[in-house]
Amino acid sequence: MENLLLLFAGTVLVNNFVLARFLGVCPYLGVSRQVDTAFGMGLATTFVMVIASVFTYLIYHFLLIPFGLEYLEIVAFILVISSLVQVVELFMQKVSPTLYRALGIFLPLITTNCAIMGLALLVIQEGYQFIEALVFALGAGVGFTLAIVLIAGIREHLDIADIPYALRGGAITLIIAGLMALAFSGLAGVV
Amino acid sequence: MSLLKDFMNGLWNEHPIFRLLLGMCPLLAVTTTAVYGLAMGLATLFVIVCAEIVISLIRNFIPKKVRIPSYIIIIATFVTIVDYTMAAFLPDIAEALSIFIPLIVTNCLIMARVEAFASRVPVKRAIADALGQGVGFTWGLVLLAAVRELLGQGAIFGFQILGEGFPTWGIMGLPPGAFISLGIILAVINQIIRLRHKRTKEVS
Repeated sequence: MENLLLLFAGTVLVNNFVLARFLGVCPYLGVSRQVDTAFGMGLATTFVMVIASVFTYLIYHFLLIPFGLEYLEIVAFILVISSLVQVVELFMQKVSPTLYRALGIFLPLITTNCAIMGLALLVIQEGYQFIEALVFALGAGVGFTLAIVLIAGIREHLDIADIPYALRGGAITLIIAGLMALAFSGLAGVV
Repeated sequence: MSLLKDFMNGLWNEHPIFRLLLGMCPLLAVTTTAVYGLAMGLATLFVIVCAEIVISLIRNFIPKKVRIPSYIIIIATFVTIVDYTMAAFLPDIAEALSIFIPLIVTNCLIMARVEAFASRVPVKRAIADALGQGVGFTWGLVLLAAVRELLGQGAIFGFQILGEGFPTWGIMGLPPGAFISLGIILAVINQIIRLRHKRTKEVS
């Protein structure tokens, strides 16, 4: 239990997916103009991460390994993730239209979010057990949400600030991300 | 002539990193030294060229509705080839790049070019575009990696350039250094483009 808590806290704060591992930087820079949409994106990503980690774990251990097909890892994972995203989208549309309206537009974007694929690969690489993989996925999602909501909050304030021409857009966002990464690296001693 | 234009597009006007902001994850993650940047760039170049050729060849046979999954499978196949080839022949570099080689499959740069370009044009133009984007991506990676390696270790491609007394900036090898140096490079490039615009306006 203690190990799992440590793993969770470590994944959220110390080895934050965006700020320490550089996974999911594209949505982090692209969908972080407003806090509301950023939060929606974070929730949708967390949701898909947890489900994807379950499926990729099962497929790797009960399909690819028994048949000696580890070399199909990349093809299998990306197919699972992209079809999973579609299924989740259809399912949500039927079962919970409110949730669908809130998260729907972000779902297609998630397929090319390298955080999901990276998560599946890291679970295999680190040799996590099933429960550990679940906690790891949840921590990754929460960490991603935290990072994207924080930067969206800062960017909302930037809209009214007078920024030098050359720094507008991507440049200032990257520098802020760098400062955030610096702040997060200060948490390294905590866990 | 138009082939050359397709190629040159990727090097500056539609530069994948500095103009389109695509492929950020591998860009930031692997650029601790110039060698890793170059290796990542070449691996991506191979995948994008092969994927654009194949997809352009079969573009008329892929039904519109399942085009995205088909593209993904084709890209994933070439990524697997690169992954295993690098693990066999360049084990040190493959280990350093770790999961970022398999993650070429989710590089939005490749998906974007395949969807916007290779699926609409004949093979010749697809190759020119893929080469341009791939080389553009590679020089972007090498530039950022060289800056980070120079300030972080005083060297470029492993050759010591700054003298012994240079206090190396450890932060450059860490994530914050990656974000901040890319931000500054972007700002410089924005400024260059702005000055050029001004000059062409004044001339005309």
